[in-house]
Amino acid sequence: MNRSHDYQRVYVWEQPVRWFHWINALCIVVLGVTGFLIAHPPALMNSREASFSYWFGTVRFIHFLTAYVFMANFAFRLYWSFMGNKYANWRGFFPLTKAQLRQIWDVLKVDIFQFSNKPVETLSHNSMAYFTYTATGLLTIFQIISGFALYAPTSSSWFPRLFTWVVPLFGSEATLRMFHYSALWVFAVFTVVHVYLVFYHDYVEGHGVISSIVGGWKFMEKGQIEVEQATGMSAFPAKKTAPLPARKSAPLP
Amino acid sequence: MNSLTKMNETVPTIYEQMVSRGVDRRDFLKFCAWMGAYLGLEHSATAQIAHAIETKRRLPVVWMHFQECTCCSESFLRSSHPIVADILLDKVSLDYTETLQAAAGFQSEEILQETITKYKGEYLLLIEGSIPLGADGAYCVIAGKSALDTVREVAAGAKAIIAWGNCASAGCVQAANPNPTQAMPVSAILKDKTVINVQGCPPIAEVMAGVLVHVLTFDRLPQLDSLGRPKAFYSRRVHDTCARRANYDAGLFVETFDDENARQGYCLYKVGCKGPTTYNSCSTMKWNNGTSYPIQSGHGCIGCSEAKFWDNGPFYQRLTNFPGFGIEATADKVGLTVGGVVAAGALTHAVLTNFRKHEEIGEQPGEKATPPTPPSVKP
Repeated sequence: MNRSHDYQRVYVWEQPVRWFHWINALCIVVLGVTGFLIAHPPALMNSREASFSYWFGTVRFIHFLTAYVFMANFAFRLYWSFMGNKYANWRGFFPLTKAQLRQIWDVLKVDIFQFSNKPVETLSHNSMAYFTYTATGLLTIFQIISGFALYAPTSSSWFPRLFTWVVPLFGSEATLRMFHYSALWVFAVFTVVHVYLVFYHDYVEGHGVISSIVGGWKFMEKGQIEVEQATGMSAFPAKKTAPLPARKSAPLP
Repeated sequence: MNSLTKMNETVPTIYEQMVSRGVDRRDFLKFCAWMGAYLGLEHSATAQIAHAIETKRRLPVVWMHFQECTCCSESFLRSSHPIVADILLDKVSLDYTETLQAAAGFQSEEILQETITKYKGEYLLLIEGSIPLGADGAYCVIAGKSALDTVREVAAGAKAIIAWGNCASAGCVQAANPNPTQAMPVSAILKDKTVINVQGCPPIAEVMAGVLVHVLTFDRLPQLDSLGRPKAFYSRRVHDTCARRANYDAGLFVETFDDENARQGYCLYKVGCKGPTTYNSCSTMKWNNGTSYPIQSGHGCIGCSEAKFWDNGPFYQRLTNFPGFGIEATADKVGLTVGGVVAAGALTHAVLTNFRKHEEIGEQPGEKATPPTPPSVKP
């Protein structure tokens, strides 16, 4: 392996994208935990009258409150997919070009089944990851719609009532509830795979994927950036046509 | 009401029939007040109901029975107010019903034909039971005609169509997986008509009476929810008016039916109560003259006023079985299995990575050869 190790720092994840990621992660954890508690309330017994305690009601309140944050955050991310940089652009989430489909195959070959060792280097997500985030995005939309449809009967607000049309599609609330709950497991499995793969990529490729979602910067071999820009894999037409902001190495005092 | 006045003027009004059967004025007004209250109307509506029953002549009724168990009829007979059963279900009003009519064979079919032609657009069609489509409808044939043909024929000239119970509203147990007779609810057959789904297995007698009184009094269909159920009776969840609700919010649950919590009257959520996803009036109107209802007597709601409640089982488990994974496969079992497989896969992958990606990981040849030169430090 004769790879150049002249690294360049590239600003990939803008601040709004990072905020979205962590708010979203927190929401998924809170919604997952409270959702699981709602489905399987533990036997926390006490001898007080029912009117003096409200813990299960509080768990449900947290679930509903977080749902609003989850939705607003996701709506913001949709907006940012039009306003953000090319790595956040909505086009990436539909990896349908020939090159992108080939990259999905390459990722399966190189990273998942490891038949081959030719690295798949991308500045932002690879096409396989983009595709996965499209799927989780659709699942997020389903959770928001089904969740508010299930919440509507307990609310007097106009907003959840916008989703009451969902129940007839599923026949009954019990059926809808089952699908809403099942999605919790999909998110749980996604989280396991997501966290594992981030560590995997950081470990194998050394681009600083893990820290990039905190600070926004990734490290890339200079040659690879040129290759990527030449193939246009992540370079979707975006508003900002300015060259990648390469951080100048400031001379030490 | 021009159409109804065109009918035989010598026929007594509903009120006159009540009087002739020994109902006094006081009981009659009590009945009107009850019905107004059940329908959620304001107090002044009592007079409107009384006026309607006093002046309206018999409403021709055709009550069809298809794939059903007659529990809807039985429930209706047990209405807490005798006037309903006595008068509305009286043979005078009921032109055709397989279960109660004296006529049989050709005679009864003649009556049916006579009713639907003579009172075209005026008669009320009440349907009990689902309609099978399998084997060309051979599973339910009455007088040589399939239920499908009959319901289409009878519905054509009906003033209003009411589907009694879960069978007619959603298919009930006959339509449960695998639905061998391909049982269909009435609304799936009569797609171009509005069907009032009076849900439940069976529906509460007072709810059935209330819907009939509404149609009789206001001469129009009651307001329906998105699943075709009258809002007056099906807009609230059993859970919302449940006597055990406070225990739910406090997190006090019955764990098993024979534990101390069950004796304390705690919430039945964890032993499978479907109250939180069931829309009905059980917890407000109750059953058998307001005596009790399932949750009050210590058994969870089974959700009988909801579509597919047989398939959304088991009754004693909160989570329903997941479709496509066989019996006893809940979302938790499927999720845990998939999660376990994925976690094991990730672990294997991590081990494999250290062998297969050995070259990429760690100190690279280039890095070792040329250690970074420290920048010249200016004093």
